[in-house]
Amino acid sequence: MRIALFATCLADTLFPEAAKATVRLLERLGHEVVFPFEQTCCGQMHVNTGYQRDALPLIRRYVSVFSPFDVIVAPSGSCVGSIRHQHSLVAAKAGDAGLASRAADLGARTYELSELLIDVLKVEDVGAYYPHRVTYHPTCHSLRMTRVGDKPLRLLRNVRGLELLELPAAEQCCGFGGTFSIKNAETSAAMLADKMTNIVSTGAEVCSAGDASCLMHIGGGLRRRDSGVKTVHLAEILAAT
Amino acid sequence: MTTFLGMPATAPRGVGHLRGDESFPAAAHKALADDQLRRNLRHATTTIRGKSGRVIAELPDWQELRSAGSAIKADVMSRLPELLEELEARVTERGGVVHWAADANEANAIVVDLVRRTGSERVIKVKSMATQEIALNEALEAAGIQPVETDLAELIVQLGNDKPSHILVPAIHRNRSEIREIFLAAMPGVDPDLTDDPPVLAAAARKYLRETFLSTKVAISGANFGIAETGTLAVVESEGNGRMCLTLPETLITVMGIEKIVPTWQDLEVFLQLLPRASTGERMNPYTTMWTGVTPGDGPQNFHLVLLDNGRSAVLADPAGRSALHCIRCSACLNVCPVYERTGGHAYGSVYPGPIGAILSPQLTGIEDNASLPFASSLCGACFDACPVKIDIPAILVHLRNQAPHPRSERAAMRAAAYTMDRPKLYASAQRAAKLARIAGRRGRGLPLGGWTDARDLPEFPQQTFRDWWASR
Ligand code: SF4
Repeated sequence: MRIALFATCLADTLFPEAAKATVRLLERLGHEVVFPFEQTCCGQMHVNTGYQRDALPLIRRYVSVFSPFDVIVAPSGSCVGSIRHQHSLVAAKAGDAGLASRAADLGARTYELSELLIDVLKVEDVGAYYPHRVTYHPTCHSLRMTRVGDKPLRLLRNVRGLELLELPAAEQCCGFGGTFSIKNAETSAAMLADKMTNIVSTGAEVCSAGDASCLMHIGGGLRRRDSGVKTVHLAEILAAT
Repeated sequence: MTTFLGMPATAPRGVGHLRGDESFPAAAHKALADDQLRRNLRHATTTIRGKSGRVIAELPDWQELRSAGSAIKADVMSRLPELLEELEARVTERGGVVHWAADANEANAIVVDLVRRTGSERVIKVKSMATQEIALNEALEAAGIQPVETDLAELIVQLGNDKPSHILVPAIHRNRSEIREIFLAAMPGVDPDLTDDPPVLAAAARKYLRETFLSTKVAISGANFGIAETGTLAVVESEGNGRMCLTLPETLITVMGIEKIVPTWQDLEVFLQLLPRASTGERMNPYTTMWTGVTPGDGPQNFHLVLLDNGRSAVLADPAGRSALHCIRCSACLNVCPVYERTGGHAYGSVYPGPIGAILSPQLTGIEDNASLPFASSLCGACFDACPVKIDIPAILVHLRNQAPHPRSERAAMRAAAYTMDRPKLYASAQRAAKLARIAGRRGRGLPLGGWTDARDLPEFPQQTFRDWWASR
């Protein structure tokens, strides 16, 4: 299958390993990956911080860059959620009904990685080998906006060598929330502290998630604590052999 | 627009409890430093969450019930004026008197006048968010009338000269030894040997309240629901103190927000299932008291209903934010909110704390007066999933953020980011330039990150961006 990759601005800039792993994984499974160079950012940061007008050109860009493709994947439950639910809303609010309907259409063809693998490509065992103790943080937007459900866990359970450890209070927010972690830094840090305590309590070597943004936040905290726990994007585990 | 009730005015300044003295981050700062408070809150919210989750799981049709509740409320909002007139007509037919209050000032004046006319210098009160919202107690006191809260938790808050911190459990921030101190200091006729044993504390409150119930001729209540087709008012509660307030006095004055209406008795059935399970995790709330006007020889012989707007028309006029008025004040959203769990209710600076407060208060007062509240959320979405009437709180938060005033420096940064991100070549070179930010180090010296790096290290910039890697493949 020919699959367009939306790398997301964060993975492109700061966490290229997550996007590279997505490419390696899909190619290993026999698919063709295309990376349209004109892509940049889904605009979620602007929408969520209260700058819908500034997000509009980014939404337009996403729609025009990816409209030619039937299937698009992003290694981020959060960006996919935004594309699916916010793009058409913001466009409609700006009075651009045409853009709104094209955005809604495209949103339905944009998948988070675990959704693409299980729902579209129909694989649960991607043939990965990752001999580590791993705990998985489901991330709020994957869970409640994109609704990936237990798909990431189903994929992880099929990874050879991997010991999956249950994370206490897994579904509680890690406190990132984009600019929330800047505007309400102390509250965010208190939420992060509890998340880290839960992660460390599992005895895992690695905390994984499907969103680079939450991993940046959690990873930054774990490093500051010298906890010894690493953060690794789901795509990197699934791409490992 | 059919639902337009006149000039949509926001709640007036200088009266009521809808605006805080400081921004959310500043108010949260204190709460976050209070370990005892955070332990109290975590324990209480975790317990309620667990209980509520268990009894909700018993119902096979919970999602359908939520949809029904949401649909009924949407219908109510779309024809609120006619339903209110219907309610008014039925209440009047049954011997009640209906008053319309545009805002807190009018409502307080109406109630003070009504109480004065009875000659009573004391009133008993059933727990009521609406009267908290308009600061009725303060208005009564200013007029020389003593209001006595009869809900146990509200009484604790009142005697402690404090403010409620939760919709349903207003004294959630207090533990029992603090409550003992409050009773000893402020409860008339209290036993000086009082212990902090909960049954002992409850008994002390009961004794005090019984005397007050039996000797007070005027009661003031809120209403959980008003049924348009019959003019019936309903209050649900769990202690029975409310029922005594609603049945013992000669005069009953009910202050009800105009959004609390349901069209028919059949609609009420939906909410009486949703409310207790979502709020306290009970299958049915212990006391449901309903009354229709005046019944000669039974219950209060004078009944007044004050219909309160106080900013609600302004909320109604905004199609994107209107569903905040669907709220049935169950507080499920507070109990699942990770921000509320850490900061407590006082940080929200309003009688409506937590996720619902973060959207409702700014809408009632105008966004400028509560500008930090829509940002007091990580948009994790737990509130939306918990809300028994399916209010999409995250979507309204985002909607309000778009209306909120922005700091100038942030506006400039966001503009610049959007400009760059709309130009792939410029974006790619900015990505490379961003690597220069490595000199800021993991603690982010010199970067405009607020307190981010107080608790977290910045990630290291990779040697190569993804797009450079792709180009070089
Ligand atoms: S917004 Fe929903 S969950 Fe929150 S108090 Fe209101 S009805 Fe309950």
